[in-house]
Amino acid sequence: MTETTDTTGAAPGARLAALRAAFPLTIPILAGFVFLGITCGIYAGSLGLPWWVPVLMSIVIFAGSAEFVVASQLAGAFDPLTTFAVVLIINARHLFYGLSMLERFRGLGRKRPYLIFGMCDETFSINYATEPPEGIDRGWFMTWVTALNQLYWVAGCTLGGLFGTLVATTVEGVSFAMTSLFVVIFLDQWEKDHQHLSAVIGIAAAAVALCIMGADNFMIPAMALILIGIACTRRRIEPAYAKSATEDDGEGRA
Amino acid sequence: MTTLQMLITIGAAGAATVLTRAAAFIAFPAGRETPAFVRYLGNALPGAVFGLLVVYCLKDVSIFSESHGIPEAVGVLIAGGLYLKRHNMLLSIVASTVVYMLLVNLAF
Repeated sequence: MTETTDTTGAAPGARLAALRAAFPLTIPILAGFVFLGITCGIYAGSLGLPWWVPVLMSIVIFAGSAEFVVASQLAGAFDPLTTFAVVLIINARHLFYGLSMLERFRGLGRKRPYLIFGMCDETFSINYATEPPEGIDRGWFMTWVTALNQLYWVAGCTLGGLFGTLVATTVEGVSFAMTSLFVVIFLDQWEKDHQHLSAVIGIAAAAVALCIMGADNFMIPAMALILIGIACTRRRIEPAYAKSATEDDGEGRA
Repeated sequence: MTTLQMLITIGAAGAATVLTRAAAFIAFPAGRETPAFVRYLGNALPGAVFGLLVVYCLKDVSIFSESHGIPEAVGVLIAGGLYLKRHNMLLSIVASTVVYMLLVNLAF
């Protein structure tokens, strides 16, 4: 037995076991990403962009809503600095995801850069909300969740990019899958969470910012309001987690 | 845009995305104690951010024109109600999306 059980170099059997544990959790994402990816590819095609643009975006950017915006900018004048700034704003919410995953990604070696690169909304919510079953390597489990989700997205965008120009009209309303997905994720988080004040703050702050700033400019003000709201209610929210930390002693989180 | 300009634009978008995802890890590298307030944010923020994302998905819905947001309201109620009953993510998403598509294409 020269092989160690070190998390960075798990045996092939452990990798396969992690894949088997991860796959069922990604099935809902499979449906959503293939649908949305096809929609994204068709959208890019409708702007007159070549078929490989949505494919390359799905590999290099891997952030759904941002890719729609980038596609629209690729059809206009060359201005990479504006593109950079816009994507930074659209994806600013990922800062929060990183904060939540600081501890969980610790000590995962070579898998860590890819886990960070591939941390889109859906991948984050699975990796944040689930603990792998007993005996499953957590690093490989999270890596498979990330890689499978990106595979679905790339496959959807490729299908959409290739056939986008052939399909004259797309069926309206497919993209509602994304709304349903976030509604379900929100409820799932609500049921698991130790308090609900922060969820209420999130909805309220977003609604207020949307009413004042309008649909195109509300994300940054909404996040600022959320941060202020969460900071101001710390004394009410934090005890809920302190209590659970002593109750769940010895469970999962290192 | 030339092919090279497209590649540069896509690269810029990719770099911005990586930056938002890696910022927390760059600011708090392994071994350094994460400040208590940041750990608090990690606990308390996800609930708020998922709420924000639901609002983000519905940001273009107008209550005062077109379909008055009725298809979206029905879709959200079906997705949420089914999930609370059955706890099946795929079922919720498929059922609510199909109903939404029927409403948008046939009724409104």
